[in-house]
Amino acid sequence: MNNLLLQVSDLALFRGERCLFSGLSFSLESGQVLQLHGENGSGKTSLIRALCTLLPIEQGEIAWRGNLLPAARDQYLSEMCYVGHSEAIKADLSPRENLAFTATLLNASDATVNSAVERVGLTGQNDLPCRHLSAGQRRRVALARLLISEATLWLLDEPLTALDGHGRKLVEQLIGEHANAGGAVIFTTHQPLTVNAIEILSLNLDALQSANDGSGGASP
Amino acid sequence: MIKSFIAVLRRDLLVAARRRSDWLNPLVFYVIVVTLFPLGIGPDGDLLRQIAPGVLWVAALLATLLAIEGLFRSDYDDGSLEQLVLSGQPLTVLVLAKVLAHWLITGLPLLLLSPLMAIILQLNLTSIPALLASLLLGTLTLSLIGAIGAALTVSLRRGGVLLALLILPLFIPVLIFGSSAVIAAEGGFAVEGQLSLLGALCLLAVAFAPLAIAASLRIIWE
Repeated sequence: MNNLLLQVSDLALFRGERCLFSGLSFSLESGQVLQLHGENGSGKTSLIRALCTLLPIEQGEIAWRGNLLPAARDQYLSEMCYVGHSEAIKADLSPRENLAFTATLLNASDATVNSAVERVGLTGQNDLPCRHLSAGQRRRVALARLLISEATLWLLDEPLTALDGHGRKLVEQLIGEHANAGGAVIFTTHQPLTVNAIEILSLNLDALQSANDGSGGASP
Repeated sequence: MIKSFIAVLRRDLLVAARRRSDWLNPLVFYVIVVTLFPLGIGPDGDLLRQIAPGVLWVAALLATLLAIEGLFRSDYDDGSLEQLVLSGQPLTVLVLAKVLAHWLITGLPLLLLSPLMAIILQLNLTSIPALLASLLLGTLTLSLIGAIGAALTVSLRRGGVLLALLILPLFIPVLIFGSSAVIAAEGGFAVEGQLSLLGALCLLAVAFAPLAIAASLRIIWE
């Protein structure tokens, strides 16, 4: 079950003129969960956005199942799901309508929408426009995207924002189940998060930034 | 691919149906501009008839420009645009669906209202088919071209003026052929030449604008 999914080598990211970090290398196998640590502004979000191909990479390489990006971009996108700071839901549409749209776009069946809505605990709010939902409920709609996508790699940027205790447990369960099913997760959070029976690897971007010696990494 | 095209189209139309200001604003702008001309110039029927093709076309062009700025705005703000780019579906198809939905929301009502506006400006009733045909092809082309500028400027908070500077030069050929078609119809001449050129511009825009829009959308996150 331990096949290599994501390989990052000698990655450097820049924001304008400023170097966020350089010499980042790590790899991720199926069933592994990686948490990014770092202070505000250390480049966690930028790294996640670079990993989901939204930010261009000026230095370093990212490979998916041994194939280098961006050549393998199409295959990578079909196996990757990103949930970022913004929920990517339309405030005028209900959770159901939003997720049905996501399902069509990701070639998933409509049946997955119902089970996803049920799983994230929004059955009662199914037909309410999302503008009437609370921030935590909207976050749950965004997380339902993960269940619909059937992606192998999850990239989660602050998935716990605005979630209550039950919501946090839900995220922990989802991550645990996903890892047990052979998926991989990379996430950032400032809150404590524990997943049963799975060791969470950690990658500290602060250390990388100060040392900058090119040897940082979380390869197990 | 066709399923995702329809899904984007459906979603945008649904959002527009629930949020009226998006499509009402450009339409109200169009009506205001056109109706102000008879008030400003006075009830001189001949003069109004002479300037009518130009006024109708300039007002339609400005209304399109006003509307196109918001094409990707809300999707950019709520993160939907990122997910469209990352969905793995061909982005050209998705943006074509977005532009078509946008045209149905803003261009089509404008088209349907223009016979009334033509009558306000004393245009001959016989010229109205030429006006409608030229506006149909023209506003579609304008929406497609304008969407390139909208995609390039979506990440700027105040991109309105820049957008106008970027795409107005590209609008000018459409304006020239569009209004000259109506002028020709007024004079009783054949309009096939102008309409064929507008049709050619429209096909060209359908073929190439989605590529440019998709390329623009991929680089705005830097």
